[in-house]
Amino acid sequence: MENFSPFVLPFVLGSIGLLIICVYKYVRWIRQFDRLQHKTLLKNIFSIKFLPAIGEMFRECLLHVRISKKNWRLGYMHRSIAFGWFLLILVGAIESRIGTKGNFHYWVAIFYRYFHQVPPENHTAWVFTQLMDLLLLYVLSGIFLALVKKIKSNLLGMKRATKHTLMDKAIRISLWGIFPLRLLCESVSARLYHNGGFLTQTIGDLFSTNVASFLEMPLWTLYSIDLCVFFLLLPFTRYMHIFTEVFLIYFRKVGLREHTKMTGFTKFELSSCSRCGMCIDACPLYKDLGITDVQSVYLLRNLRNLEHHKDIIAAGKNCLMCHRCAEDCPVNIDLMNIRRISRDKGDLDITNAYKYLFKVKSFNAIGRVAYFGGCMSHLTPSITESMQTIFRAVGQKYWYMDEDRSICCGRPLAQQGFNQQASKLRRKVTDLIINSGAKMLITSCPICYTSFKKEYKLPIPVMHHTEYIDKLLKKGILKVNKSDLKVTYHDPCELGRGCGIYKEPRNVLKAVANLMKTQNEKENSLCCGMNLGNTVISLEQQTIIRNTALDNLTAPNPDIIATACPMCKKAFKHGTNANVKDIAEIVADHLVP
Amino acid sequence: MAEFGFSISKTRSIKLSDTDLSKYRQLLEAVPSYNRCIGCGGCTASCTARQFTDFNIRKTHWYFRRGQYDNLEQELQKCMLCGKCTLVCPRGVNLRSLIINMRQILTNTNEIIG
Repeated sequence: MENFSPFVLPFVLGSIGLLIICVYKYVRWIRQFDRLQHKTLLKNIFSIKFLPAIGEMFRECLLHVRISKKNWRLGYMHRSIAFGWFLLILVGAIESRIGTKGNFHYWVAIFYRYFHQVPPENHTAWVFTQLMDLLLLYVLSGIFLALVKKIKSNLLGMKRATKHTLMDKAIRISLWGIFPLRLLCESVSARLYHNGGFLTQTIGDLFSTNVASFLEMPLWTLYSIDLCVFFLLLPFTRYMHIFTEVFLIYFRKVGLREHTKMTGFTKFELSSCSRCGMCIDACPLYKDLGITDVQSVYLLRNLRNLEHHKDIIAAGKNCLMCHRCAEDCPVNIDLMNIRRISRDKGDLDITNAYKYLFKVKSFNAIGRVAYFGGCMSHLTPSITESMQTIFRAVGQKYWYMDEDRSICCGRPLAQQGFNQQASKLRRKVTDLIINSGAKMLITSCPICYTSFKKEYKLPIPVMHHTEYIDKLLKKGILKVNKSDLKVTYHDPCELGRGCGIYKEPRNVLKAVANLMKTQNEKENSLCCGMNLGNTVISLEQQTIIRNTALDNLTAPNPDIIATACPMCKKAFKHGTNANVKDIAEIVADHLVP
Repeated sequence: MAEFGFSISKTRSIKLSDTDLSKYRQLLEAVPSYNRCIGCGGCTASCTARQFTDFNIRKTHWYFRRGQYDNLEQELQKCMLCGKCTLVCPRGVNLRSLIINMRQILTNTNEIIG
């Protein structure tokens, strides 16, 4: 058979094996979708939503745009390996298809310089040869950076890189071997057949003919075996993300989301994690407390392999749920929900739970807005009082739902994996709100707000009080005096990163005072530490996290530290002599009498 | 015999020397901050569930301490885990973690994975 040599066999076997394992895994995971996910998928499978997914696949899987925005050096490294390799395969396929004139087997594209033993015949062939060398150089530059990162990750802007398992290390060696081996193979062939480009020909000419002909076969065989090893290890290691992310982007675009239990979709998300380690640098537990084994990357790895159950449980619990890692994740994996899935307590007997809530009656609040302070606001009564002052100032009739008896919104339970109990509370609160006939729900607590916004299916609009005040100010209903007080604003995790509310609180603060910039703002804001997500760290450790956030807020020397969360307020209040106030309080202080 | 209108009730003393306190020790290991509890009752006073029912979190964890587990699991189901108790605790006891761990120890369950 022409264009065949026994050394291509490992590559052929490896690639067929890879295809079979991947198809088997993907089919199995799709079958593991839950009913809702199956329904959504079937409904949207041929919808137009597929089109933007292609753009995102190109941007994220190949160009790595998101990671470049965070850190251009890492972005270059990933792009050169992913996009460079992709182009190498694509251009190689075109070149060999033109060059072989119909006698084409798919392995020829990979080992083209071995099978095409003549110098470039025409201009097109010459251009292709040079282009292939250029691409190889591009990939090699990425591999070089990867080596630098392995030796000293600081040079590429990472404080701490992921600690990999043995399998991950093994496949990394095989990946790093592929391109230098290819360079050597092609150089040796270039020496013998003069078919190399600017790079391979130059290196090839350093060999003597004897050495080259002696090395040729072993080198090409080694290259083929290395590819085979990489392909066969790939489905069981972190490099599975190369293909899985493509599917994940499609599934997300057609509307699939994470649910409270582990499904096939979770498996796709788990395998899309490339274990780049961006989540480690983002985590306050690492930055402030030096805890290095609970970050999302390790939780996801253990969940994916379903091993080290003790580690999964320990890592699952020890998380502030501050969304910082989810914000930095270049694959946009739903890390917070996966964390919740790892905490799932399963189906417990809850028939008797919260029976006492049955007797709570709803209030007739037709035409009013419902105000839900939230449990935490009861510990900071100045916030709820200020809100009531504002309601009265604009003549808005309101119903303070939880004035003397508050029912929890259910999010604290859901965050700890008690999903059934949480949905029982949600049903009760939903009934209360719908039966009251209130036209809008306003809440002071970002935790409740997230819950109402994302987990409840309320037919009325839900607003955080900062949104509501901003709306009143914009409409001109609420009149305030602007003072020359200097204010810094702390973005609460759940309100900022969780719900994307950054603009409204700032608008309000600008209307009543001078808002100052801090170093860590918006998406990068720090967690106050006093958080419902974590049940493991001690008060002392929480204090350290809080102090870091406080240092950031007090650095510009403000008169008031403003926040929009009763829990953050409570946390900061204990740690500083500075004036800590909620936005509602500041507005209430500045009302035009 | 003369009717005095009262009878001798059963003793309510708890013999800590005879009680199996292994579950309590397990709890302390999981929530070391519980060592600091002074039983002030701030947790109960701030409790959200307490506003609706006679749930008493201080009583509950003190019963647990003494090895009296009757009906405790049912009692703990009243908690909504809102976390107010943790925030008001003057000794920094992680009450939420305490409640979750008491439930897990009593029902012998843990996270379901996979």
